[in-house]
Amino acid sequence: MTEAQAVPLITDAMRAEVGVESSPTTYEVDKTMIRLFARSVGHTDPVYYDEAAAKAAGYRSLPCPPGYLGTPVFKPSAGGEAGPMGRNRGAQPSRPLNRVLNGGTDIEYLDDICAGDVLTATSHLANLEETKGSIGEMLIVTNKTVYKNQDGKVVAVSTGTAIRY
Amino acid sequence: MAVSWDEITEGMSVPELKKKPSTQQLVLWAAGSGDFYQIHYDKDFAVGTGLSNIIVHGALKNAFLGQFLHDWIGNEGRIKSYGCSYRGMDYPNDEYTCKGTVTKKYEKDGEKLVDLEIWGENPEGKKTTPGHATVRIGK
Repeated sequence: MTEAQAVPLITDAMRAEVGVESSPTTYEVDKTMIRLFARSVGHTDPVYYDEAAAKAAGYRSLPCPPGYLGTPVFKPSAGGEAGPMGRNRGAQPSRPLNRVLNGGTDIEYLDDICAGDVLTATSHLANLEETKGSIGEMLIVTNKTVYKNQDGKVVAVSTGTAIRY
Repeated sequence: MAVSWDEITEGMSVPELKKKPSTQQLVLWAAGSGDFYQIHYDKDFAVGTGLSNIIVHGALKNAFLGQFLHDWIGNEGRIKSYGCSYRGMDYPNDEYTCKGTVTKKYEKDGEKLVDLEIWGENPEGKKTTPGHATVRIGK
């Protein structure tokens, strides 16, 4: 056990993936999903449900509620590949880590995102860190995703942290 | 009613937003967010991973903080950036209170901006999701 713990969780193959840009993913921003997302949070502002209210408030259509950045187009062929937060993707740590917790979310907004927009997102692994906590050995994985709209403008940048243990 | 620029002062508290997510809300969120990890709705699965109960999605708590900011600034203002860390578990049917304090009020590139420290608290008053935000006030 002691010997095994001396071997870092992070492998060279994992480090080689830092900064490598993913292939783009299409996220569709549509009214139905905005309404569902807003409802699931408990938003009460009509701009998230009623297009006339949204337009009266100066938006092109229903705006994205905070935290919603479009819905990826589901591909059945890729469905089994990724676990929560992509934990099964790419190079794996020197010892298996089968559990995952969300460590944090940060979003920077550079322009409005509204229903009808089609976003193209590319992600990259921004950082890897290993540490020990109350839940044992932890691998902290930081991913950064850049979202461009249909006009090629960067509208949002999100940073997500996953804790694998 | 959205907050006005003139009434904002550094150090002031933002009106809190109290949430109390039910298990039903977690299922709704799973559909809304596309996060179907079973620790958020299947208790046997959650306990099998060492948790004491199903837990509230971190991203839902982040979205609650977004609602809290949106309700404060209204539709003329904009959230420029916000985020939080997930430092503690929250459980369904527990109250989760979004709170915030203005740390800086300033103008930059013609925009009226406010930096905030924001967080969500569990019923014991522990900050389970400390975070930060920058918002624009007015157009």
